[in-house]
Amino acid sequence: MTGIHKTIEAVWKIESTRLIAAIARVTRDIGVAEELAQDALVSALEVWPQQGIPENPGAWLMTAAKRRALDSLRRGKMLEQKHGEIARELEFEQQRLGDALEHSMDQVIDDDILRLIFTACHPILAVEGRVALTLRVIGGLTTAEIARAFLVPEKTLGQRIFRAKKTLADAHVPFETPRSDELRHRVESVLSVVYLIFNEGYTATSGDEWMRAALCDDALRLGRILAQLLPGESEVHALLALMEFQASRTAARRGQNGEAVLLPDQDRSLWDYAQIQRGVAALDRAQMLGGGARNYALQAAIAACHARARTAEATDWEQIVLLYDALIQISSDPLSPSPIVALNRAVAVGMARGPAAGLEALDAITRLGGDSALAGYHLLPCVRGDLLMKLGRFTEAHDEIERAITMTQNLREQQLLIERLRQIEKAAP
Amino acid sequence: MRFMMIVIPKGYESSAPDALPTVEAVTKMMEYNKALQQAGVLLALDGLYPPSAGARVSYADGKATVTDGPFADAKEVVGGYWIIQVRSREEAIEWAKRAPMSNNEIIEVRQIHEMPDFPKDAQKAAEGFLNPATAAAAKR
Repeated sequence: MTGIHKTIEAVWKIESTRLIAAIARVTRDIGVAEELAQDALVSALEVWPQQGIPENPGAWLMTAAKRRALDSLRRGKMLEQKHGEIARELEFEQQRLGDALEHSMDQVIDDDILRLIFTACHPILAVEGRVALTLRVIGGLTTAEIARAFLVPEKTLGQRIFRAKKTLADAHVPFETPRSDELRHRVESVLSVVYLIFNEGYTATSGDEWMRAALCDDALRLGRILAQLLPGESEVHALLALMEFQASRTAARRGQNGEAVLLPDQDRSLWDYAQIQRGVAALDRAQMLGGGARNYALQAAIAACHARARTAEATDWEQIVLLYDALIQISSDPLSPSPIVALNRAVAVGMARGPAAGLEALDAITRLGGDSALAGYHLLPCVRGDLLMKLGRFTEAHDEIERAITMTQNLREQQLLIERLRQIEKAAP
Repeated sequence: MRFMMIVIPKGYESSAPDALPTVEAVTKMMEYNKALQQAGVLLALDGLYPPSAGARVSYADGKATVTDGPFADAKEVVGGYWIIQVRSREEAIEWAKRAPMSNNEIIEVRQIHEMPDFPKDAQKAAEGFLNPATAAAAKR
């Protein structure tokens, strides 16, 4: 890519969201808005390399988009899908759109961007559609970039975005912020999309390392944008805190040969402490808003316990157990909590109150039938093996770790587990 | 990637020690800061007192010498900075182009080192170093 194209891409990253939001306010259709914005980008790619980057590239793009919108309006294109309306109404709508395009597209208000986010994350869409559309219209990513990040062919991703836009148009999803009675549920949908994007970057074990780090950064950026737009929503700040804490460990999560390094073994001097402080500040805000006992706030508080500990041994495990207890309490069914949460709690119990107590907590999951949900999940035998080893029950520990090895496809994890087997063999009398 | 945008304001090398920006300048700057914040790219920012309120510690022959500001030979001095997180060098430059600066002022755009940018042996050398921010985070 040439210098000017990189610059145009950078301008696009900065301006596209506001551009799409402003057009969508007028057209009330984010599919149409996104296409008009793309048209403006295509014009820029034609004109700017010859004439140079304009003084105010945002205004230039806005003018170009407006011209395209008026063009297609005159040719009746923008309204043709809304058949069934009688001619007079159609004419009226055409007049309204024309006026709005002429006069009110120049200023973007925060609400436009918020509407854009809520629409892109609308529950009517399949989750993968929400993710792709959000990265496209709020993250300013190209289809190719999103495709690369999610390891799918560009064509597949293009279709995903097309389908999402069509679903929104077919269902006549209004371009608006949700009513107050459904706000919480809709905010949850937005946050789950942002966290999914973060986790795609954070936990994926294959693919381009740089691309994945960039995806985490994109999610953080979305989180910060949301914190500005919805300052009173505690879970928005809490999710941002959770992502900051997790991302602060990025440099410590890979060893010399690219192998995964687990939390207790990480070199904590590689953690990003400026990022940890941003996490602490965001979590403070969530708690001050009274949301300390909600889902992301509790998860962030657990991450904060780890972030605060200078060494793995100094971790306040008792506090972590309490936070997991709280997390289980607020789950939809406290009597049969999420098996993953219960598993993590058992690990914390083992650390806080000794391996026997940890094993007891782990067996409680099995008694509740949580093990069926964990069937095939290699961390269950892995944790069990660890606790048994600490209790000196080496033969059983060996069996569990061997079981764990057969359950993971990940080579690096298998290597770590094989190493664990050797440790057990060495420790056994 | 993180970048520091370093502000080099004209005339700051000879400003009075207690010089502060005008209300008008602050207002314009706040609009810009808000734009950075709303775009989700802003990580930190600060403004600095003029060099006349500062000092330089210079080193020669293993000795440190202190000179109080202002510094007669300084043509360009730092007035403040932003730290932003963006996807590319070009994006950082585009943000710098949007800053409300006056004629002859400069913004220098510089990428910040990230630990993974260093070779593993250099990372090893940094091992055990705990950033001062740890203490603050640990206290909470």
